Amino acid sequence: MTNLKVTIAPGLDLRNPVIAASGTFGYGPEYADFVDLSQIGGIVVKGTTLEPRQGNAYPRIAETPSGMLNAVGLQNPGIDVFVNQTYRVIKDIDTAKIVNVSGSTPESYAEVCRRLAPLDQIAAVEINISCPNVRQGGMAFGTTPEGASIITKAVRESYNGPVIVKLSPNVTDIVSIAQAAEEAGADALSLTNTFLGMAIDVERRKPLLSTVTGGLSGPCIRPIAVRMVWQVAKAVKVPVIGLGGIMDGRDALEFIMAGATAVQVGTANFIDPAATVRIVGEIEEFCARQGVKELSEIRGII
Amino acid sequence: MKEKALFEIVESKQLPLGNALLKLRPCNGLLPDIEGGQFVNIMVPDTPGAFLRRPISVCNVSDGLLWLYIKGAGKGTKHLCAMQTGEKLDIVLPLGNGFSEPENKEDDILLIGGGVGIAPLLYWGSILKNKGYKPRFLLGGATADNLQLLDEFASMGEVFLTTDDGSQGVRGTVMAHPVLESSADKIYCCGPTPMMKAVARFAAEHSIDCEVSLENRMACGIGACLCCVEDTADGHKCVCSWGPVFNVKELKWV
Repeated sequence: MTNLKVTIAPGLDLRNPVIAASGTFGYGPEYADFVDLSQIGGIVVKGTTLEPRQGNAYPRIAETPSGMLNAVGLQNPGIDVFVNQTYRVIKDIDTAKIVNVSGSTPESYAEVCRRLAPLDQIAAVEINISCPNVRQGGMAFGTTPEGASIITKAVRESYNGPVIVKLSPNVTDIVSIAQAAEEAGADALSLTNTFLGMAIDVERRKPLLSTVTGGLSGPCIRPIAVRMVWQVAKAVKVPVIGLGGIMDGRDALEFIMAGATAVQVGTANFIDPAATVRIVGEIEEFCARQGVKELSEIRGII
Repeated sequence: MKEKALFEIVESKQLPLGNALLKLRPCNGLLPDIEGGQFVNIMVPDTPGAFLRRPISVCNVSDGLLWLYIKGAGKGTKHLCAMQTGEKLDIVLPLGNGFSEPENKEDDILLIGGGVGIAPLLYWGSILKNKGYKPRFLLGGATADNLQLLDEFASMGEVFLTTDDGSQGVRGTVMAHPVLESSADKIYCCGPTPMMKAVARFAAEHSIDCEVSLENRMACGIGACLCCVEDTADGHKCVCSWGPVFNVKELKWV
């Protein structure tokens, strides 16, 4: 039997490396009919901001070859509703619960984290400096080492638990941004968020998304995400969480061999609502077949 | 409880305009309880380009079979429409919130459908009939080819028809049919958005309670991705999990 346990940071141990990605899994209960949530490594809940946000106008989605574009734009009820209502609903789910945090200023990121700090059943925060779908904040901070550093430091000062910084792939040199976040105190890095993309309905001569551009996800981005994880994992000491188009256990193992400590499964949840738990089984099956006792035997072997 | 289950096609009936009626049997023999107005989310097999599932409303549940009346609109639905008896489909169901019951058994109930949007009204009509209501149906299409399942509808209640070209029933849209001059206490409607908006305006002008079924583009089908939102009086609501049925009072249509 393979030991699938992984450690992302002091105090953030996961029973296995498969985490549900933010924005694709709601808060967890949405998937409870399909997934025994206690069988997955963790859940990153929907991106949460200081104030409630209505998100972008419809249409927010377009199907693309082997993937999809979204332009949800961080629709969420805000940190007050999360702390006072949602937390009560999810706190007893038996898996690591990580809150994805977004904002428009360093102070707003820090304030959301300050509000999360007293919640003892929240295992970590994942700082979204990479959302391509909101004009203010989000990706703007994720596109320069200085921006990544400013946000990471602001969060670090307001939150004692593990801080994961989620990186944007929409940059020239992701390694320099990863290193800036690490230096500023990130405990771990997750990458990649979606790739900025665009699709046009030529019959109607209109963009398919209300925002014209949106975030591309799904297997179409996987080779690029694997490459970025491989580059970043070699350049930093903190654990890397890999994501981008993981549909099955084989895909997850690609990221692990490229250097990821854990993986996140996102868009696959829309195709197979049981994808997360299925992927855990497929990783176990691979390890049994190949005689792998610990994931560290294959992590970063490329 | 929602589930992901395998279904086998036991009947595939090709219809005009590239549409099809599929009747499916759950491979495990257990069809979950389905409300009128709920939908299913289907994985399209072997079709490059059809990455996401296709949400399709439940047209009927009869003798343990799930009926789906599908419009062959794009790559994915065209593939589904061409599938044959014996082939299998991976389906997530039942999804969303369906129509709500009228207040009184004596209420005059009108179900108004357009095009392939007539599909959920057959199942909801059968439920209403079984509960002792007397549903009437007003069904419209561009041509007679768009009007399908008429024998099934007729067995549930009185049926009134319109076609844009006059090839069957009254010429014009459903709004041109004289049955709208009779009294109605409740309208249920599904069809193209312009038609539903016209019906919603009519219902508002005549103070008739009206529910409509929407079909915004969606991914997850279970309220997680927030892609299929409709702008409501209470903010953006997921069509997949809050709807697909909305009372028009909730919407910003009229």
